[in-house]
Amino acid sequence: MGVGIQVENLNAWYGKTQALHEINLNVQANHATALIGPSGCGKSTFIRCLNRMHETSPEARVEGKVRIGEYDAYEGTSATRLRRRIGMVFQKPNPFPTMSIYDNVAAGLKLNGYRDKKHLDEVVEKSLISSALWEEVKDSIHKKSGASLSGGQQQRLCIARALAVEPEVLLMDEPCSALDPISTGKIEELIFELKAQYTIVIVTHNMQQAARVAEFTGFFLLGRMIEFDKTEKIFTNPSDKRTEDYITGRFG
Amino acid sequence: MPDSTQPVTPKREIGLWRRITDQLATTFAVSTVIIVLTPLVAIFTYLVIKGIGSVNWAFLTQTPKPPGEIGGGMANAIAGSVLILGIGSLLGVPLGIGAGIYLAEFGRNRFGDLVRFVSDVLNGVPSIVIGIVAYALVVLRQRHFSALAGGVALAIMMIPTITRTTEEMLLLVPNVLREAAYGLGVPRWRTTMSITLRTATSGIITGVMLAFARVAGETAPLLFTAFGNQYWNWHLDQPTAALPLQIFTYAISPYDDWHRQAWAGALVLIILIVSAVAAVRFVVRRGTLGGVA
Repeated sequence: MGVGIQVENLNAWYGKTQALHEINLNVQANHATALIGPSGCGKSTFIRCLNRMHETSPEARVEGKVRIGEYDAYEGTSATRLRRRIGMVFQKPNPFPTMSIYDNVAAGLKLNGYRDKKHLDEVVEKSLISSALWEEVKDSIHKKSGASLSGGQQQRLCIARALAVEPEVLLMDEPCSALDPISTGKIEELIFELKAQYTIVIVTHNMQQAARVAEFTGFFLLGRMIEFDKTEKIFTNPSDKRTEDYITGRFG
Repeated sequence: MPDSTQPVTPKREIGLWRRITDQLATTFAVSTVIIVLTPLVAIFTYLVIKGIGSVNWAFLTQTPKPPGEIGGGMANAIAGSVLILGIGSLLGVPLGIGAGIYLAEFGRNRFGDLVRFVSDVLNGVPSIVIGIVAYALVVLRQRHFSALAGGVALAIMMIPTITRTTEEMLLLVPNVLREAAYGLGVPRWRTTMSITLRTATSGIITGVMLAFARVAGETAPLLFTAFGNQYWNWHLDQPTAALPLQIFTYAISPYDDWHRQAWAGALVLIILIVSAVAAVRFVVRRGTLGGVA
């Protein structure tokens, strides 16, 4: 089951440049939350703070509180332990090129020392079914490399890989920006189904996509969260002038 | 009938100048390949012509005969070379790869720059000097010329090449793959071993084989480390024969039969190196899926 996320007074820096200013946000469990905003506004940095991926960048620094469910993300846990509870899907599909489809999906478990072959088989099948890829690849999961799939299939493989570790939260950083409309449609349908089990936070440049998949939407600008509300409200009747300018395309 | 799927612009509209430069560039590229390959082919052909007549069963199975006597072979030198190269690889490959991993994954600092600099300098040190170092480090202590000392000398020569190619190959691995692993909660060391290193395997193997092939033919660093031996030796702490040493000794000798055997030795050496490289490539290619990276 998904869990909620509470963010309080989150600030993030790259060296001396402050990328996020005082973000406060409540993400509802088992819902999809979209983050929109122009390039460089900090939305990617923000979700990278949720699974502590931000700290892998050189000279990166974070202040503030993030709670995933009932646990603090930064205190009393390690980044690796936290990341096992939070799946992440990246902008460009990034399957491990030297691994078969099976090994890609099983990677999170195998690389963390899990060896029970029978259980792995089940998890791989279940994850590939959840990511709507099973039917297309079931005959070649051991034979084919993850890199031999098409872009859209690769992205669904990456989603399966993230689901296989049974996370509570799924972070998606522009998961469709490298995909054609048909693949995008498949991933969006998938997000709809996955909401039942996971809390989803999706960064997107595509406002129609935000409107289609998310119940809540946050608008980021210059490292600040300008507005956060129900998606419908953001797109029909935003409270802030800047949000309205952005969604109507009158911006910059 | 023109094919409707063809692009609208017919080929003949491409300008004369563009066709000329295209031809020039192609000719230039092809001729450089020929120039580069000519010495290689010439050397190999000449070696085969001069050496093949003396490569026979006796050459491959017997030890050298006393000076002036016809016959005998280089079996002990072939075995010695395998032994010394084995020791060299055993020491040099893990050290070189380890240092390369350090430089690529953790070496963005002053110490890393120092290691890079030292490694480049080491790459340029004449092999005879490396032989002296191994002499001082191993031979003087053991009070013996030995296979071990020869292996140490070759290992020192392999390390910088392997270190820098490993670093380069690891840096070529896209960062998104590391992030994918981190995102699954895989610890950093595990990511380095199972994702980064594995993705870069074929490139690293190329570096290792380059280093191996280079030191396999080295004579100078073995002169006063492995020293050479007219008889069989399997002890790591005893003077050991090696093909390059034997070729050297025979080539500067006054005997015709030894000259012929020196040619045969050179041919066998090259064949050994080529087959070792090919065998490793074959094994690695079978072990990786799809041969990507």
